Amino acid sequence: MMLMTEKQILPEEMRDQLRDAAAGAYASFEGWIRNHNDGLPVVRLEYEAYSPLCVTEGDKIIAEARSRWKILHARCVHRSGSLEIGECAVWVGVSSAHRDEAFHACRYIIDQVKLRLPIWKKEHYANGDSGWVNCERCASHGEHQGHEHGLRPQDATAGR
Amino acid sequence: MKKQITVRYFALFREHAGISGETLESDAESAAALFAQLKHRHGSAEPAGHCKVAINDQMADWDAPVRDGDVVLFFPPVAGG
Repeated sequence: MMLMTEKQILPEEMRDQLRDAAAGAYASFEGWIRNHNDGLPVVRLEYEAYSPLCVTEGDKIIAEARSRWKILHARCVHRSGSLEIGECAVWVGVSSAHRDEAFHACRYIIDQVKLRLPIWKKEHYANGDSGWVNCERCASHGEHQGHEHGLRPQDATAGR
Repeated sequence: MKKQITVRYFALFREHAGISGETLESDAESAAALFAQLKHRHGSAEPAGHCKVAINDQMADWDAPVRDGDVVLFFPPVAGG
């Protein structure tokens, strides 16, 4: 199940929703707000999301993970709105009988979420500037200069 | 033939356009053609392939047809996580 929220993510509460007597493994990923990006100090972040499509696309991703690996339960929650340094922006959790499936499915879900969900991140820098992550340059110059677009699955490294 | 289409802009596109959406008349055959017609709004010189499009709340291909009454959502490159 994919959820969007404007409230603080509580990983332990989320984890408990994955409990199952048949589960021998649980894997999770948390993405945190980092205080720097591309060498610039970041003071806070704003996430804009188009929630209706985030939920349908996120549910699709979780269903794909289910069809690929034998897992018991999987959930993902993503924040929107204004976040401070250190806050949890995204959480993914998977339970399964054995660890391999949980690790693989968890990795797949976070990678696809980063690639496919209509979510945008605006960074506010210590010097007062701000910018949309991933392509102010594209939009203004129309040139692909080798920076990250997150378009290819292998580019999606969680937590970057 | 002119069709009535509602367009919504997100994030950087919304800031460029100065509006979050509009209803307009267009003869664009595809989502990509509509995106090109509205360059003055979203400001993106990128090929549409670097951005995403949804039609009536479903993710769509850029060559998908746009029909009278459609709601077309233009998404700049995403950055979740």
